[in-house]
Amino acid sequence: MTQLVLFNIFNGLVIGAFYALMALGLSLIINLTNVINFAHGGFLALGAYFAYTLEPYVGFWGALIVSPFLAAIVGIVVERVLIRPLYNRDPLYSLLLTFGLAFVLQDSVRFIWGAQGLPLKTPDILNSSLSSTLFFLTGYRVFMVVLVAVAVAILFYVLKKTRVGMRIRAGTLDLEMVSALGVDVRILRNLNFGLGIFFAGLAGVLAAGMLGLTPTIGEGLIMPSFVAVIVGGLGSLVGTLVGGLLIGVAAGVVTVFYPSASEASIYVIMAIVLLFRPYGLFGEKGGTKL
Amino acid sequence: MNQRIYTRQSFYQPVLWLVLLTMPYWITPLGGYTDLASRLLVIGLAAMATNLLIGHTGVMSFGHAAYFGLGAYATGLTLKYLMPSTPVAFLVGILVGTLGGMVIGYLIVRLRGIYFALATIAFGQVFYFIAFRWNTVTGGDNGLRGFQRLPIDLGFMKFDITSSLVYYYVVLAVLAVCAFAMATILRSPFGHTLQAIRENERRAQFLSIPINRHLWIAYTLSCFFVAVAGSLYALLNNFASPHDLYWTQSGDFVLMAVIGGMRSFWGPLLGAAIFVVAQDYLSGITQDWMFFIGLIFVLVVLLLPRGIAGLFQRRAS
Repeated sequence: MTQLVLFNIFNGLVIGAFYALMALGLSLIINLTNVINFAHGGFLALGAYFAYTLEPYVGFWGALIVSPFLAAIVGIVVERVLIRPLYNRDPLYSLLLTFGLAFVLQDSVRFIWGAQGLPLKTPDILNSSLSSTLFFLTGYRVFMVVLVAVAVAILFYVLKKTRVGMRIRAGTLDLEMVSALGVDVRILRNLNFGLGIFFAGLAGVLAAGMLGLTPTIGEGLIMPSFVAVIVGGLGSLVGTLVGGLLIGVAAGVVTVFYPSASEASIYVIMAIVLLFRPYGLFGEKGGTKL
Repeated sequence: MNQRIYTRQSFYQPVLWLVLLTMPYWITPLGGYTDLASRLLVIGLAAMATNLLIGHTGVMSFGHAAYFGLGAYATGLTLKYLMPSTPVAFLVGILVGTLGGMVIGYLIVRLRGIYFALATIAFGQVFYFIAFRWNTVTGGDNGLRGFQRLPIDLGFMKFDITSSLVYYYVVLAVLAVCAFAMATILRSPFGHTLQAIRENERRAQFLSIPINRHLWIAYTLSCFFVAVAGSLYALLNNFASPHDLYWTQSGDFVLMAVIGGMRSFWGPLLGAAIFVVAQDYLSGITQDWMFFIGLIFVLVVLLLPRGIAGLFQRRAS
């Protein structure tokens, strides 16, 4: 029993790491531009399929590094062409746009790579089990959690220490002021969008290695990522990270006792959080912009 | 909503009703079918109800499929398991959908802007997962089957609503009642208060209007009308699909409102007409119809943000 519970907690942690990666990207984009990116799941799929295409040439490790960048480039182009004209309008419009974009991306992926599932080859070194008693600690899963931790650490370092990162944080608080101080916010928003999509792409490659590829690979991850953002609170990346891990682990634990309620459980968590802390665990009222 | 728009509506309205009353007779020669006409009305009602919030109150609700689907499932489940009576099932559907909206509305009315939108999206999905997972009762991914609308027996007379044509007029009658109710709400002091909140929430607050309570009531009312549509939809198809609850359906409703024109009362119905016909046509000719639906989203947002009603308004002014 303890092993089963441990297994599901670890499993939840892995899934939570996915949610956190997705949600961090979403959160970055929301913070700076007020755009709820419905197409995030589509970009995740894009990253995954880029990795599939590149893997025979550059290997898994190369694909792991290159394909998130490719997804980010697509994201940057999309931001420049489609989303930038909408910043001055009601957020409703960018929401609808990314919504349509999600359809377009998903169908394009299906059109290019086909609807049937495809495998992504992962290196043998990652496929072995690390321990015979704790069978669930396969190399790939441990590697995934570690990689997510490293990626998140790098993100936080970049945001804390580099010039671009500081500007992104400042823009979260008051974009107009940042603009008045002579920063080109168009480029800042553009890069920030690309950064968010980079994380989606990374999550895509990792998910593909674990679950295989289907055009709808992002669809199951996008809603929990929204929940993670809400639970964590808008405007707080730490909150988003905690939110993602929290709902992942919670869903994992619920799976032990009542498997069919695992999805519903994250919504119960969200309802409880909203009842007692309407602005999320780490959110503040001032942090939510109209 | 200013006076000008209402006077123009009084000009368009007879035309609109004439078109709706005769639709089953000309839609078939044009390549449609009666159920498509009914679907158009039902979806149109849902889009109008969604617009009650989005266009007239100015809050972004992206989760209305939840209440649409709740209405549909509650109606279907009542007919299948509880009571073989169409009116009872209809009422239960409306009641369940409205209650769902009331409870979730209570949780989220304190939020604003995109945080509100995010919460409506996320909460909208919870019923989908329930319907999807609880397959012994709801049929899971295959949807809820095994019920059908039954003739209504009023004691002194019988309505056989099982025929497509009769059911179309039932739907039209319900739409008329709902439209009248919505127009009355929007013209009432309460409706004007909602528009005041939309235009300037802070100023409304200074006038000591209890904003959250107003938004909660508006949310519940909107969910009520969406649940009516959902109920009608289940009875129309004799089927409830988990897709009715899915977030893509919510987005469709919002897009319909935008296509038609969010600031106009009948705009969403027009938007729904265009969307439903386009969807029916595209899914008939290509497997990649979702691509084109997505393209419609992108193009409407970029090129037609004020909707078709907006085009007319620009021309008129």
